[in-house]
Amino acid sequence: MELIYSITVGVMVGCSVFLMLRGHTFSIVMGLTLMSYAVNLFLFASGGLATHEPAILADGSEYSDPLPQALVLTAIVIGFAMTAFALILAIRARADLGNDQVDGRASESDVLANKLEGEKLRQSPEKPSGGKYR
Amino acid sequence: MMHLPGLPVLLPFFAAVFVLLPWFNTRLPQQRIVTQLFLLLLVALCSFVFIDTLQNGPRAYAMGDWQAPFGIFLIADSLSAFMLLLTAILALAAHLYACAGEDETGRFFHPLFLFQLMGLNGAFLTADAFNLFVFFEILLIASYSLLIHGGGRERTRAAQHYVLFNLIGSAFFLIALAVLYRAFGTLNIPDMAARAAQLPEESIPLAKAGGLLLMVVFGIKAALLPMHFWLPRTYGSTSIPVAALFAVMTKVGIYSLWRIHTVVYGENAGEVAGLGMDILSWLAGATLVAGMIGALASKTLRWLIANLIIISVGTLLVSVSLQTEAGVAAGLYYTLHSTFVSGAFFLVAGIILMQRGQAEDRFVRSRPLLYPRLTGVLFAIAAMAVIGLPPFSGFIGKLFVMQAAYDAGQAHWVWPLILVSGLVALIALSRAGTTLFWRTQGTVVPEAKERVSRLHFMGASMLVAMSVVLVIAAGPLTEWSMRAAQDLHAGISISALNRVVEGEVVE
Repeated sequence: MELIYSITVGVMVGCSVFLMLRGHTFSIVMGLTLMSYAVNLFLFASGGLATHEPAILADGSEYSDPLPQALVLTAIVIGFAMTAFALILAIRARADLGNDQVDGRASESDVLANKLEGEKLRQSPEKPSGGKYR
Repeated sequence: MMHLPGLPVLLPFFAAVFVLLPWFNTRLPQQRIVTQLFLLLLVALCSFVFIDTLQNGPRAYAMGDWQAPFGIFLIADSLSAFMLLLTAILALAAHLYACAGEDETGRFFHPLFLFQLMGLNGAFLTADAFNLFVFFEILLIASYSLLIHGGGRERTRAAQHYVLFNLIGSAFFLIALAVLYRAFGTLNIPDMAARAAQLPEESIPLAKAGGLLLMVVFGIKAALLPMHFWLPRTYGSTSIPVAALFAVMTKVGIYSLWRIHTVVYGENAGEVAGLGMDILSWLAGATLVAGMIGALASKTLRWLIANLIIISVGTLLVSVSLQTEAGVAAGLYYTLHSTFVSGAFFLVAGIILMQRGQAEDRFVRSRPLLYPRLTGVLFAIAAMAVIGLPPFSGFIGKLFVMQAAYDAGQAHWVWPLILVSGLVALIALSRAGTTLFWRTQGTVVPEAKERVSRLHFMGASMLVAMSVVLVIAAGPLTEWSMRAAQDLHAGISISALNRVVEGEVVE
C-alpha cells in the first residue's frame, strides 16, 4: 500500500510541477490545486498508513494516528480558500493586463491569436464570442 | 491574567468583525475612528504584555485547557512581546497615514488591516508549528487583499507573482510539517526542542530534511537570496500604508527562524544541531550583496527602499547564522530599528510622491516640493538611520550586530559586508535625495496642498521619532533584548509550560 500511495503522490507532484512551469496563470492555478491535493495526501500519510485500526483509544497497541487527519482537514480548508483567491486574481489579471501570461507580457502566438480573434469579431460584430474579456 | 496571551490575537479579530458590521459599511469616517481606537487599545495591551513578561517571565495559554504537549499553546515570552509591541506601533502609524485618504481607493481596507494584524500577532505568539502555518495563512490572505488595494496594472501583476509564489511556499510548509511530524512525533515547538537531542537513528535524515524545507519557507517570507525577487516589485507597487505595514512581514520569517532553527535545532539538539546554518551564512552574505546591487540600480524611491529592506534582511540573517545569544539580541534590536525606519521611509516616500505630481517618486528632474523643509528633515533622519550614521538607531543596531559577529569569530566576512552596505546605502540615498529635493524645475504642483494632509506627516513623523526613541532607550532595550535572547536559547520545558499555564511564575 505504501508503494502505490507514494507513487500516486509522486506522479501528482510531477504533474503539478509541469503545469506550474508553464507561463499561463490558468495552468499554474491548476498545478497549484494538484499540488495541494498531493501535499494533503502526503500530510495524511505522515502519521503512518494503517487500515482497520481504531482511532487512538482501544485495546491493543495498534491505532491510526488521528492528528494528521485533523491537520489535513485544516489544510484542505485553507487550500480551498487560497485556490479560490488565486483564481479570482488570475481573472482580474487577465482583465487588467490583457493576457494570461504570468509576467503580463503576451507571447507572439498570443498576440497573433488575439489579432485573429479581433478580425473574426469585426467580420461578425453581432455574434461576440461569450466569456472573453475585453 | 490567564487569558492574556490570547488577547493580542482576539482584539484585532473582534475589531475587524466589528468594523465589518453593516452599519459601518457606508461610513468611512466612523470606521477610521473605531479602527484607530482599537489600534490604540492594541498598543496599550501589547505594552502591558511587554512589561508583564519582563517582570514575571513568560505567560502561556492552553487552548481548550489541554495539557502540554497535546494542546495548542500560545506563549507570550519577552521575544514575542517585543515583536507584538513593534507591530502594534507600526500599525498605528501606518493606519494614521492611511486615514488621510488611501483607504478610500478600495473597500474593506480597515477590516483587512485588522485581520493582517491578527495573523501577525498569532504568528508571534503561537508555540505550535502547525498553528504557525495557520497564522501564516491568515496574515498572507489578508496581505494578498491589502496588496491589490486600490487596483491598477502594476499592482495586479505584482500581486499575481506574490500570491502564486507564496502559495507554492505554503505547499512547502505543509510538506515540511508532515516530514517533521513523522520525525519528531509532535509539532509543539518546546516539545520538539526537547526531543531533538534523543531522536532515533532513522528519524535524523527526516528531521534534517524537514528543517531545511522550513528554512526555505521562512526564506521566502524573509526574502533570502534566491527567493527575494518578489520583494522589490511587491513593495514598490503597493499602496504606501500597506508597504509600511509590510515592513514587518519579512521579520516574521526571521522570527520563525529564531523559533525553529535557533531553538529546536539549537546547540543542544545533538545530531541535528546548527542545521543549515553554514548555508544560511553564505546566502545571508549573498542577500546583502544582491540588496546593494538592487539599491544602486533602483529608479524610484520605493524600489530603493525595498532594496534597502533586502539589505536589512541580509544583516538580520547574518545575525541569525551566528547562532549565539548575542547574535539573537543584536538581531532583535536591529529588527526594531529596521522595521520602524523602513516603515517610516515608505511613509515619507508617499509624502514626497504626492507633492511631485506626474513624476511621483521617480529619480527625474521634476517640480519642487510644496513642503521641502519638513519633508526634507524626515527624509534626512530616515536616511541617516538606514545608512547607520550616528546618532540614530541604525548606528547602534549595526554596531551591535558587528560586535556579535566579532565575538562569534565571524568578523572577517561580516564587517566588510555590513560596512560596504552602509556605504552603498549612503551613495544611493544621497543620489536619491539630491534629485528629489534639489534638481527641480517649474512651480509647485497645485493640487499638492489638498493631497498632503497633517495626518500624513503625523504618521511619518511618529515612525521617524521611533528611531530617536530607540537611541534614547538604547540602554534598557539592549539589556531587554539580551534577556529575550537568553530566554529564547534556554527554551521552556513541557513541565514548566504546564506550570506557567496554571499561573505560576517560572524562573
